[in-house]
Amino acid sequence: MSRPPGVRVVLALARAQLRLELRSFESLPAMCLFAVSALVLFHFGLNRDQLSGDLASGVLWVTLLLAALLAINRIYVADAEQGGFDAFVMSRAPREALLYAKLLVLVAYMALVELVVVPAFALLLLEPSVWQAFPGLLGPLALGDLGVAVIGALVGALAVRTTVRDLLGPLMSLPLLVPVLLCVARWSAPLFDYPHAGGVALRWPLVLGLYDALFGLIAFALFEFLLED
Amino acid sequence: MYSKGLRALSLLTAGVVGLTLAAVFYWAPNDAYLGFLQKIFYLHVPLAIMSLAGFVVAGVMAAAHLRTRDPRWDVRSYVAIHISLIFGVGVLISGSIWAKGAWGHWWVWQEPTLVSFLLVMLLYATYQPLRFAIDDPERQARYASVFAITAGVFVPMCFAIVRLSPAYVHPRTLSNISGNLPGRMQVVFYLALVAMALLWVTLWRFEITAKHVAAEMRRVRRMLGDQAEESASRRSAAPSLTHAGSAS
Repeated sequence: MSRPPGVRVVLALARAQLRLELRSFESLPAMCLFAVSALVLFHFGLNRDQLSGDLASGVLWVTLLLAALLAINRIYVADAEQGGFDAFVMSRAPREALLYAKLLVLVAYMALVELVVVPAFALLLLEPSVWQAFPGLLGPLALGDLGVAVIGALVGALAVRTTVRDLLGPLMSLPLLVPVLLCVARWSAPLFDYPHAGGVALRWPLVLGLYDALFGLIAFALFEFLLED
Repeated sequence: MYSKGLRALSLLTAGVVGLTLAAVFYWAPNDAYLGFLQKIFYLHVPLAIMSLAGFVVAGVMAAAHLRTRDPRWDVRSYVAIHISLIFGVGVLISGSIWAKGAWGHWWVWQEPTLVSFLLVMLLYATYQPLRFAIDDPERQARYASVFAITAGVFVPMCFAIVRLSPAYVHPRTLSNISGNLPGRMQVVFYLALVAMALLWVTLWRFEITAKHVAAEMRRVRRMLGDQAEESASRRSAAPSLTHAGSAS
């Protein structure tokens, strides 16, 4: 079955960005290294060998969100510096295709980083078995990644053509990411209880889903204004 | 004329603020539990309401700017955020004083309203740096409007989500006001709210007027061939009124 033209453009743009990353390895290795270093810092900072419950959930998610800032900072750099924006604006592609492509790429980055960071976290700091938490962790990871991607795709575009993008990107992203952190950390905390207590409050996935959807709509509505020149 | 009605508005504001202060200190009764300290409530809560309302209004003005491309809407949005940020600093300081008196700590993390307010302030603290970091005035205005709309939507979302966190100790002012506040306190609270709203609008009008006057002065100096003015095109976080019309 043939895909609609918009979907083809989104997939082509996402593929190009991922190919660029595979050639240059600018973001993914840095994100993984940063996240593992942050886990080591948490070990020394908290003076704890093993973590469980709220603390484990908080450490994992703060680490992932801080690593995500590296990707948010870099996601539009090639477009801004190498004429990607100009080429895209001159093409007949719908403006929002670039937003969707960046969103897909950020979700892919986060998923790949989590493939490294979650096992590293389980090995270095997690007290209960990661297998006990794993099936339940897929939900927070998926919705958390989507929240990061939606906010990152909008804020990255807002910051990239400023003179201090490396500062503004994280400074604008962090307050917007706090509700995401609150939801995923509270949602994941019971999964890391030792011994396992079970029971996850339904309100966190619902609220996070609503937050993701709302910011997705805002990003969709406002993105074209960031691509006018 | 930018300053039309500003004198009357200023006098009205001064009168209502004076009346409110008199009512707060001489007419409203002291709280049985917190005593005199409770009077900070008449400053803190109206400041918070006006600050948050100002942020949301700035988002609406930014939307009008993106829709019409009239730079005057960008100026209005910029000034609204500026005044609301100043009010917001007052909220955080008065909130801390209230927290210390009521709960014994300068900062209470279980208090979702204070925490939400801090998050909102952290976000809006990046508004001026964002503007300052963009050279082109048209792009600066456009990006600032995108920011103002995003942040304006974030304000209620942030409060709703942080309030879902398990424990909170803050009195729910508006939902409980009819049930918890005695008659005189209730009257003074609404008077304080009106006074703060008038103060916000007056300050907003003053700053808008000042910006237009400064832009006019620059234009006149340029017409008179002032070389220094001609070359002084330094970068600024303030919106450009080069293409703005004469009415505010």
